[in-house]
Amino acid sequence: MAGIPSRHKSIFLLTGVVLLQVLLLALQIKRDSEGRLIRVWTVGAFSPFERAGNHGIGRLRETWRHYFALQNTSRENEELRHENDELKMQVNQLQSKAVEADRLALLLNFHKSRENVPMLGARVIATSAGTASATIVLDRGSKDHIKKNMGVITPEGVVGKVVEVFDNTSEVLLLTDKDSGVGAMLGNSRVQSPVGGAGEPLLVMKYVANDDVVNVGERVVTSGMDKIFPRDLPIGTITDIKPGNPFKSIRIRPSANLERLEEVIVLLTLQPLQLNQETETAKPSASAAGKPVGETAKSPVSGGTAAKPAPAPASSAPVPAPANAAAAVKPE
Amino acid sequence: MNDAFDIRNMESHIEVHKFRGGAIVGATLLALMFQAFVPVYFAKAAMIDLPLLITIYFGLSRRNPSTGLLLGMIIGLLQDSLSGPTVPLGLYGIAKTVIGYVASSIGARLDTEHPAARFALTIIFFGLHQGIVLLTRRILLAQSSVWFTVHLAAAAVVNAIVAVFLFALLDHLRKS
Repeated sequence: MAGIPSRHKSIFLLTGVVLLQVLLLALQIKRDSEGRLIRVWTVGAFSPFERAGNHGIGRLRETWRHYFALQNTSRENEELRHENDELKMQVNQLQSKAVEADRLALLLNFHKSRENVPMLGARVIATSAGTASATIVLDRGSKDHIKKNMGVITPEGVVGKVVEVFDNTSEVLLLTDKDSGVGAMLGNSRVQSPVGGAGEPLLVMKYVANDDVVNVGERVVTSGMDKIFPRDLPIGTITDIKPGNPFKSIRIRPSANLERLEEVIVLLTLQPLQLNQETETAKPSASAAGKPVGETAKSPVSGGTAAKPAPAPASSAPVPAPANAAAAVKPE
Repeated sequence: MNDAFDIRNMESHIEVHKFRGGAIVGATLLALMFQAFVPVYFAKAAMIDLPLLITIYFGLSRRNPSTGLLLGMIIGLLQDSLSGPTVPLGLYGIAKTVIGYVASSIGARLDTEHPAARFALTIIFFGLHQGIVLLTRRILLAQSSVWFTVHLAAAAVVNAIVAVFLFALLDHLRKS
């Protein structure tokens, strides 16, 4: 930068650096795969720390809880207090394990009730590093046969779909992300319309005509038309309806708690799925309770089918169009 | 050379601060780690933009626009990389490059050591950051976004409060 006054050097540098990044943005928009290498490097570098952090935080939380349990005792009855503390600690541990066992049992039962659907359990180890997107990172990747565009759910409802896969981790775009979408229909009237995110906790159903009857509190379920999620999985409940032109503005509270996800299920197939209607409820049944779990906590629902992923997708998700909203999900 | 020295003849009262070895890299990586996995347990923590606060702090302290904007660029691009494939590389990169530059430029002209000044500056920088991200989304990516929400205003205040304490903590990393 010879000849440029030193006080202007930083302005030139700023302009150059910003222009380079604008160019980088333009390249990414033009070619979707651009920049993937740097993502692989960054995610690869950070995921071991995230795993370690995840483990450490868990231990820290456990220790923290036990500390407070000990603080809640009286000084006057040393023996009783000691005994009480031990009991409290045991209760806390058992409660913590019971809650986890319930959660895992729910996942296992969910899987057992849908044995025709290959699934894999995964833990959430990180979230998006910014508020511009709603994504989570799972501790499972291509080594576990996870592929791009696979559906991700919990027993409560739809979570999102896999958008990026690395060796040991994968990224899931949550339903609440602006770019997210799922083929859906109303639980009662079976009117079909895609449901998408709006960058906030509630979801939006866009293409329901003003003539259609919709009620607050009505369930919204998957239509299966997006070829990602099986039909009749719960998506959410309608919380607000406003008339619009030409479509109603409908807001939906997601069934799955997307802000506090700890374990999820990945649907290990890219083919259209069918669920058994009679086994739709996710509550543990007597038949499921009697069967051995036989899986580690890391993979609560992975079964034999998990090792045999389905072949490539029959078709990609179609582009939404108000005139044919029934089969639409948002494009990537 | 002294660890803290005067910047220019005309602004002899403004000090440029030097930091312990690895302090900038360590603080940056910790901030990105925090941003990526703490919201898993505390969803509300996503409101805090620690990478932005780190960019602002080191920009204000180092008071060199060139290093400020380069640090902002690196932090922004790393944040882009960790934000999933729907966030293109450069979205936060551009915003934090500008923030790093502006913070360094302001830091060279104003005393930014007082907590009240830090609080006010963080709110301004948070707004500027959001504005640049929005402009980038609207102009370069053709995506619609709202300019102002109550949530954003609350996030600005929360980040400013966190900044006051975080900056005081980071002051200990300076070479005395």
